[in-house]
Amino acid sequence: MSVFAFYLFAISAVTGGLFTVISRQPVHSVLWLILAFLSSAGLFVLLGAEFVAMLLIIVYVGAVMVLFLFVVMMLDVDFAELKAEMAKFMPLALLIGVIILMQMVMAYGAWESAHGASELLAQPIPTDRHNTEALGLILYDEYFLLFQLSGLILLVAMIGAIVLTLRHRKDIKRQDILAQMFRDPAKAMELKDVKPGQGL
Amino acid sequence: MIQADLNVILPEMILAVYAMLALLFAVYSSKDKLAPLLIWTTSGLMALLALWIAGSGSGTNVAFGGMFVDDGFARFAKVTILLSAAAVLVMGQDYMAQRGMLRFEYPLLVSLSVVGMMMMVSAGDLMSLYMGLELQSLALYVVASMRRDSVKSTEAGLKYFVLGALSSGLLLYGASLVYGFAGTTKFEGIIQVAQHGEVSVGLLFGIVFLIAGLAFKVSAVPFHMWTPDVYEGAPTPVTAFFASAPKMAAMGLFARVMHDAFGNAVADWSQILAMLSLASMFLGAVAAIGQTNIKRLMAYSSISHMGFALMGLASGTAFGVQAMLIYMAIYVTMNIGTFAFILMMEKDGKPVTDIASLNLLSRREPGKALAMLVLLFSLAGVPPMLGFFGKFYVLRAAYDGGLAWLAIAGVVASVIGAFYYLRIVYYMYFGEEGEELDRNSSPVLWGFLMASAAVMVLGIINMFGVEGAAAAAAATLVN
Repeated sequence: MSVFAFYLFAISAVTGGLFTVISRQPVHSVLWLILAFLSSAGLFVLLGAEFVAMLLIIVYVGAVMVLFLFVVMMLDVDFAELKAEMAKFMPLALLIGVIILMQMVMAYGAWESAHGASELLAQPIPTDRHNTEALGLILYDEYFLLFQLSGLILLVAMIGAIVLTLRHRKDIKRQDILAQMFRDPAKAMELKDVKPGQGL
Repeated sequence: MIQADLNVILPEMILAVYAMLALLFAVYSSKDKLAPLLIWTTSGLMALLALWIAGSGSGTNVAFGGMFVDDGFARFAKVTILLSAAAVLVMGQDYMAQRGMLRFEYPLLVSLSVVGMMMMVSAGDLMSLYMGLELQSLALYVVASMRRDSVKSTEAGLKYFVLGALSSGLLLYGASLVYGFAGTTKFEGIIQVAQHGEVSVGLLFGIVFLIAGLAFKVSAVPFHMWTPDVYEGAPTPVTAFFASAPKMAAMGLFARVMHDAFGNAVADWSQILAMLSLASMFLGAVAAIGQTNIKRLMAYSSISHMGFALMGLASGTAFGVQAMLIYMAIYVTMNIGTFAFILMMEKDGKPVTDIASLNLLSRREPGKALAMLVLLFSLAGVPPMLGFFGKFYVLRAAYDGGLAWLAIAGVVASVIGAFYYLRIVYYMYFGEEGEELDRNSSPVLWGFLMASAAVMVLGIINMFGVEGAAAAAAATLVN
């Protein structure tokens, strides 16, 4: 059963990846990419890594891909033109690609891990606790420093986005909440006693 | 355990927490009006931390299971990084304020990037290496495009970002290959694993990709393409920053990875570094000849200088690391002075970067011209100045390390390179009558220029003890 599920997910992941690259419509590409992500999430579940699978769905499919869709739809990029541009460099790119591929084949052909590396690499799945719990324990204990550093990196990214895009405009009216809160009927309203038949 | 770990990273923590508190404070108070104050407090804090690190402890402290290493080497690099960043921050203040670029985020981004640099030189693990590198680069991308209404500055930031992302990709790929080979990302694990038997293809591939990623950060040829554009496009104070602290950090990281993780494969990486060094020295020297913009010229000059620093590293010995540290300390000091001079180049209140505008500066401002002459001689490596000793050390390291051909090539490259430094001297002293620059003498910039020039002359007596400190630092890295 799990073998069947594996092949199902694997084939759909590869198909999704392939069509992401070759489909003509960028929106279709994004949808195919979502399929690829979903299938890889399935593969993670088969491996017993539920937490990563959920992350993949929540973060990538849920947030990143929706953003991608927005970007693709909002940016009016002429993909046909881009592809025509690409065709010019195709021979050179192909040549480089083939060379790199051959190097990789050679490297992996002669690949040997260091003595004892495979034992170091293998991390047994903890049986006494959940996936999520085990990850949390590693993240907040062994990798505490890295966790904090990634927080700092995200902070820098946030500051950067604000520095580069926020413009303070002087000519617009802003809401001043304090001023609003300190208003009372005495300041805000003027009562007029309108006599009948006279108007203001 | 956590308490002991935190004690080791206390300087980094103080700087990071300071940056965050200052950010909060500035956002909820008077924002950009606070920027000059923040610049002074930030550089004051950096200088204090540098003093503290220089005076504090000896020996090697390891924290977080080997991810963070605080040893003599790291301390030397950190002191250089902190002092140069503090100097550059103070130098750029007037320039940025006059052009409306002085935003309160600038000193804070710089201090966060310095935190990243301190992590880099203390990295004991491929993951903490990458995290530190990203923290420093991300902040640098932002400050490069700080002048956001200028096309060139924006282009500089974008170019830096895209190419930086590419190089990070290369580095990560290399790291994953090394991890696949060794089964661990810790440097001490990798070096132990590599001890048994020969270096395999996988590890070699990993090293090559790692070196490619790191070479981008130190702008060594053939990964240098971004440097001239970024140096030219970024605001001058930011360029001054690029040319000092991040270079020291990247070279420190280079030395750390090569010796801590791959110290048993010296023969394999030393030839790669030798080729990088050769190409950088020559390209930097030749391509700078045609430049008319002094910021682009400094970019090529930094490429060439990185070639020399890599030469020390390529020798693969403790003396080589010592030579590299001395070279970088001198290089950073020279650059601070040179950029103080460039920051003072103004005409009608606007910054000028054209070399021809320096015509006959010696008649109008002899003191400034003389200081610049000393710095340029030092950059070129003309004997009585300190810059010569830096070059002498790396050449000797290369010669002792069995790379005599590289040392000879280095001498040739520095002779070629001397041409364009001396051309500026020629303009200043024997040029034609031309448009005059403003007589701008901001006391801070003037002070930095004179101090840096004085160091270049007085340093030849005992190099201010840098030699011994660098030797001690190198001894902790290479054993």
